[in-house]
Parts: sequence; structure tokens; C-alpha cells
Amino acid sequence: MAKPQTIDGIAAQRLPADQYAENFADAHPPLDGHEALVEADRCYFCYDAPCVTACPTSIDIPKFIRQISTGNLNGSAKTIFDQNILGGMCARVCPTETLCEQACVREAAEGKPVKIGLLQRHATDGAMRDNRQFYERAAPTGKKIAVVGGGPAGLACAHRLAMYGHDVVVLESQPKAGGLNEYGIAAYKTTDDFAQAEIDYVTAIGGIEIRHQQALGATVTLDGLCEDYDAVFLGIGLGGVNRLGLAGEDAPGIADATRYIAALRQADDLASLPVGRRVLVIGGGMTAIDIAAQTKLLGAEEVTIAYRRGREDMNASALEQQQAANKGVVIRHWVQPKTIKTDADGVSAVTLEYTENRDGRLVSTGDEITLQVDQLFRAIGQQLDDNLGDDEALASLTMEKGRIRINGTGQTSLSGVWAGGDCATGGDDLTVTAVAEGRDAAEAMHTALA
Amino acid sequence: MADLRNNFVGIKSPNPFWLASAPPTDKAYNVERAFKAGWGGVVWKTLGLDPHIVNVNGPRYGAIWGADRRLLGLNNIELITDRPLDINLREIKEVKRKWPDRALVTSLMVPCEEPCWQEILKQVEDTGSDGVELNFGCPHGMSERGMGAAVGQVPEYIEMVARWAKSHTRMPVIVKLTPNITDVRYPARAARQGGADAVSLINTISSIISVDLDSFSPEPSIDGKGSHGGYCGPAVKPIALNMVAEIARDAETAGLPISGIGGVTTWRDAAEFLALGAGNVQVCTAAMTYGFKIVEDMIEGLSNWMDQAGHADLDSVIGRAVPNVTDWQYLNLNYVAKARIDQDSCIKCGRCHIACEDTSHQAITNMVDGARHFEVIDAECVGCNLCVSVCPVENCITMEQVPAGETDTRTGETVSPDYGNWTMHPNNPMAAAE
Repeated sequence: MAKPQTIDGIAAQRLPADQYAENFADAHPPLDGHEALVEADRCYFCYDAPCVTACPTSIDIPKFIRQISTGNLNGSAKTIFDQNILGGMCARVCPTETLCEQACVREAAEGKPVKIGLLQRHATDGAMRDNRQFYERAAPTGKKIAVVGGGPAGLACAHRLAMYGHDVVVLESQPKAGGLNEYGIAAYKTTDDFAQAEIDYVTAIGGIEIRHQQALGATVTLDGLCEDYDAVFLGIGLGGVNRLGLAGEDAPGIADATRYIAALRQADDLASLPVGRRVLVIGGGMTAIDIAAQTKLLGAEEVTIAYRRGREDMNASALEQQQAANKGVVIRHWVQPKTIKTDADGVSAVTLEYTENRDGRLVSTGDEITLQVDQLFRAIGQQLDDNLGDDEALASLTMEKGRIRINGTGQTSLSGVWAGGDCATGGDDLTVTAVAEGRDAAEAMHTALA
Repeated sequence: MADLRNNFVGIKSPNPFWLASAPPTDKAYNVERAFKAGWGGVVWKTLGLDPHIVNVNGPRYGAIWGADRRLLGLNNIELITDRPLDINLREIKEVKRKWPDRALVTSLMVPCEEPCWQEILKQVEDTGSDGVELNFGCPHGMSERGMGAAVGQVPEYIEMVARWAKSHTRMPVIVKLTPNITDVRYPARAARQGGADAVSLINTISSIISVDLDSFSPEPSIDGKGSHGGYCGPAVKPIALNMVAEIARDAETAGLPISGIGGVTTWRDAAEFLALGAGNVQVCTAAMTYGFKIVEDMIEGLSNWMDQAGHADLDSVIGRAVPNVTDWQYLNLNYVAKARIDQDSCIKCGRCHIACEDTSHQAITNMVDGARHFEVIDAECVGCNLCVSVCPVENCITMEQVPAGETDTRTGETVSPDYGNWTMHPNNPMAAAE
């Protein structure tokens, strides 16, 4: 009998039943109390610390680390939450190796930065485990604000608005809030249903009502929201997925990486997820890395990422690439898909053409390689959902490069409407940036409503 | 190979590392383990008269830790030996017979009555012990009974008991001094006056190491109460070094042998004690922290350093730093130094800047031409060395002497090639009066 991993096509249960829990266990287990103290002692408490500058939410990192080292764990958590109410999730998913930890002077000194992400997790986990709430609502303002999208930007915005005494309604298109925290992040980065626990923690302040399965263009319109609410924040993310533009792209076995990851995150039983024997992922960002790593962990025998440019051009950090490689993912650089071959079962092979950078332009070298493929994932970027409705307000929003244009405080071109996170300009597709934008927009909205 | 053999007031040991009178030297079992590990000598834990004392039956120690729980300071409320006198005497005799090449000194503490000292000295002499150390230092438990530090704090008592000891034994007598006094030279002078062959110091410092913030009991807590204890370990070394130096350079005690005690943890610590005039060193906390094996590197490290530095034997090191210990008023005020930051090794943590900016002389930049950059502003730098002290990178910031003839941009004055101290300074009213 063939081993489950070598069965051709797309199949579930490729691994022994007990393997899934091990494969999807916490990728970066938390520090215990002593480890945290030892690590905290490594922080130099820099003046005008570079790590703070590197943090999109400007968390006072030296201060919260010092608070860990003095045993003031609640104070430490509050220092983090003051700037980033989703500090727990960011501690798990931030690419710290390209943000705070890259800026850490100990990275310059010895190539071993202080483990800021893990320390942040240590502080926030403690406070969240004890459900220690640090903020109270100000006196009610009587203002009602709609936050469209319950992802990182929307939640950060909602929390800050609630703090100021505004009443917030979060309109969430999915059955659960959390956005990419719930449906997008790799499972092993946020275990134990952390995204939902965090939403409970954030909304415990009060004044935040989450209405599920309420989507712009489906159940609500921006016109209507502008009429019914004193202000609107759009944190709708990027619901659409870029297509390859190749013949046969709709064949069975070909899917959007984001959709598969969402299904994986919601699966009660990972063994039930069908996965290909030979998986090909097209793309070079975090989504490509996440789908590749996770299909490998689900038991795919061969997983290949095809990226049309070089290693350093990938949006996924060097560390993320290395971690995927350690899981057995093969990353091919300088190749792009040319043709998709299908048979009765769906995709059967993909021909990749080699590329090179010629005078700043990406061109084919003329060489090709054909890979046998049972499952093909698109991970070449997302765009705004094109079904957001066609009301007047929406149409009047100024767009830029396919995203909603905002100024430095999150204000869109339309009075009374703010935006932030992936759907808006100015971000860099990071959870932590979305949090910063949601928070800053809330500050601007509060000022505008005063 | 450097010659590490030690001759301290006629007591010979293969190296200058002795274990101090303390728990590690309370019985034959421990002492023999220490000798097997290579320790040059021990001062047997203090003997008293029967009935023997009792210790608390709860915690005896409290600690202060640095990063990663490195023990920096230890506090104890243990008393002298709590074993019957005859058992200790028998074991001392046996151990000394088995280890003739090692130093075995017996520490003593009995009431301030001559017959008590006469009696116990005779008994110790019978063991073949190489010498005695009079424990005038213990700050807790015994001092309340008129012994230990209670004697060490009164020079007249020190002199009296030292004289009794010398008159009732042919053994060398070492007087162990307490640091819980205002000027250590007085007890040291009294010891010499009484005929003591040497002094050893420091004993532990009176201390409360910490308070439990839940029970509000000092630590170590015995049924909700704590009493002061004796502080020791790496944290006390600077205090001990100063006291050793004070005695070494005091005209009245010049040449009085000193056994250096207080936070000796490495060969380097030991070398510093020797340089400041100690004839050997005694170790306790380091052994209690890491076990007896640490003596291996103490011996090898000291030997290697002496070889490299060209010091053939201990006498070439002992006291070498004493002439360089002076009083503040004799420091050369015409010596001018400025901090220099090596930009290649600077990791830009900014600690030098904020320390100088907030608490000192505003002499280090944090930004130059819009970039994060830390550089000394000579016109503000007083050469205080705070930046060097707080910099996490070794040798990144150094103090550079401004050569004579150049201008100190802070004062605008030309640096003088001459020696000039406070006693000669025009601002000194005493100097003006002369």
C-alpha cells in the first residue's frame, strides 16, 4: 500500500493522526518566568531607543522590558497596550527580525538582539490570562461610529474610540471578527484560539458592539453608514485576490492561498483538509510562505514556491524563508508560471519560465522547467474586493494604486470617513501597521467629533 | 612557573588561597574535601566554649542577585560552630596530621576573661594547629553576648585579648577585624599594640539584605521576624580593599601582615588584595556559591598572570599598589583627561549620552547632522568616567590624557606639565593661610 504522502492528487489524512498537533504547535513557545528575567536583563535600556523608532506602534520597549525585570508585569503590559491594544497578537506575528529586533543595538553588537517579541508576549499573556483591564471608558459622548471590518485596524480603532466614550458598532463580514488574525495568520503563530480571546479582551472595555456578517456592498452601504453614524472607519482589508492570467486557471486543484488558509484556520480537524502530493505556490510574500509551510505540515510530499525575482526581493523576510525551508519547502527564485496543464482531475503540471532582470525589466530567459503539480496556489497579492457596492460615497473616495487614499491621520477624501490597514494607502501589509493606523484614525476622529 | 608558595607569619601553605572561618570549614569532612580540591589552607570555623551555641532552625542566608541570578551579595545569621568543642578539636588534630603541608588555623571566640582564653588556647595548641585567629568580627548573635564584633569595636578590648592570647600560646595570633567601625586603623593599631602577629579582614558587614513585601519581614525570615546579619560576597570587595589598604599604608601598622578577606571570587580579586598589601587571601562566599573547585582557576589564573607580568613569587606582588594609594588632596589636579568614544565599536545605545545629559555635564551628543551619533564634546567633558562606567561595550569609551602644553577646551587653560595638588591650590583656604 502506498504511504499516504505519496498518493497522487489531492487527499486528506496524509499524516498519522497525532502528527498534526505536533506540526501545528506554537512556533515560538512562550518564555517562562526565569527565561523572561534573563532575557529582560539583556536590554540596555537605550536612550531614544532604536527599537521604539522601528516599531510602527511606537511601543516604549525599553520601559516595558525594564518593567518585566523589576517584576512589574502588569505595568509592563499596560506600557504595551497603551500604544498597541493588540500587543498580544503583534508579539506573535510581527516580523520582529525586520522591525524592533533588527534595530536592537545588540543585533549590531553581537548579532543577537533582545527577544523583544517573546518578552512582549510574556508581558501581555500575563495580563490577558488574568483578564487585567487597564482602561475605562470616558463619559459617553453620545456619538455613534461605524467601524467597517473587525480586523486589526478596526479593532484598534474601535478600542480607542470606546475609550473616549464613543459608541462603536463594528460591522464584520465574516462569522468571526479578527480579520487576518482569525483567517489569515499561519496557525502555528497563533495557537489556542488566541485571536478570539484577544477580541474578548479588547471589547471588554464596553461600548463596542460587533455585528457579524455585515458586509459593505451586501448588507450595508457607505452612503447609509455616513447617514446613520457620526463617523465611519473603513478597515475592510483586501478581499480580492490577484489572478495569474493564465489559461486553465479555473481548473480544479487551483485556488487562492488566502481562501485555503482561512479554511485551515477554521478547521476543527486538520487531518480532514485535502492537500496535494505536489504543491506549487506562486508568489513571494508572507501569504506564499504561509501556504507553503502549512501545506507541507499537512503532509504534502513536495512543496515548491515559485517567485519571479530573487531572494532579497521577496516580501517575506529572510528568516521566514529560512523557516519555510527548514520545514522542507523548496523556494525557486527567478521563475514565473507560463502554462498550466490540466487533465480530467484538474491541474497536472505547470511550466515555469526562467526570468532575469535586464536593465530593470523582468524578462524571460527562454529556459523553462515543467513541474508535476497536484495543487496550485495563487499568492501574488490581494486587492480591494470589487463588490463593495456602487453607492455615491464609495464612488467618491479617491483611490491610489488600488487602495483608499488617506492622509497621515487616516482621513479619506470623504469628510467623516477614515480608513486604515491593508485597504488604505500608507500601510505595509503588517498587522502592527494596521493597529497603528486604526489607533491614529481613532485619535483623529475623536478630535474631529469634539 | 610563578612560585605561589605562601608564608604568612610563619604559617606555610602551597598557595595563598585559604578558606575563611565559616560553614565550609566547620568539620573535617568539608575541610578534607577542600584540601583535596587544592586549597592552600583553612581557618577552621570559630570554636567557642561548651555548652556549644545553637543556630536558628530556619533560613540562615539571604541574597542579592544580578542578571541571571548571579549571586552578588550574601547575608547570614549563622553563629560560630554549633558542635561540641571536643569533636572539633579532635577533627582539627586528625586533619592537620593528614595534611601537614596545608595551613590549618583555628578561629576562636570565647568571653573576655583571661582564663577562658588561656584554657582554649592550650587545647588548640594540643591539636597541632598552625595558628589561631581571634574572631572579633562576627556582627550578629555573638556580639550581643559581648563577643565577636562587640570586642572588635573597642580597640582597648582588642589589645587586651590579643595580649592574653600572645602570652598564653606560642602559636601565631591573627586578629580578625570587623568592618562595622568608623576607622579600621584604630582596631588594627590595637591588635599590633597587643602583640598580634597579623590581622585579617574584613569580617561581614551588619546588614538587612531584603524585606519580604508580603509579610513585611526582613529576610531571612524566621517565623515572621528577621534580625540583622553579616553581609559578604562580591558586593563587599571594594569596602574590604579600602580597609586593607588603609592598614597597609598606616605608619603605625606598617609591615603588619594582613590576611585579605571580602568578596574574593577570582584570582584577579586575590591579586588586587595582594597588591594592596594582603599577604594572602581568605575565601568563603565564592566557595559557598560554586563549590571548592573554583580554587583551580584561582591558582592557575594567578600563576599565569604572574608569569605574563614577570612576577616570580608572591612577594613581588604583595604591597605593590600600596605606594599608589594616597589621599584625595595629593591627587594631581594638573592631570586632565577626556573621554573618547570609538565609533567603530559604539553600538549606539545612547547610555553615555543620557547619563551625561541627565546627571552630569552635557558633554556627549546624541545627534550629529541629523544622525544618531554619540561623541564627546571636549569643551564640556570633565573627564569623570561616568560614560565609561555605563557603556555596555568594553573599551568602547576610554579616557585619554590631554598632554601637557595643550589647551583644555573646557577651562581654556594650558595643561601644565607640573604636579599640582589641592594643598597647593589657590582656592584652598588652608593653602592660602600658609
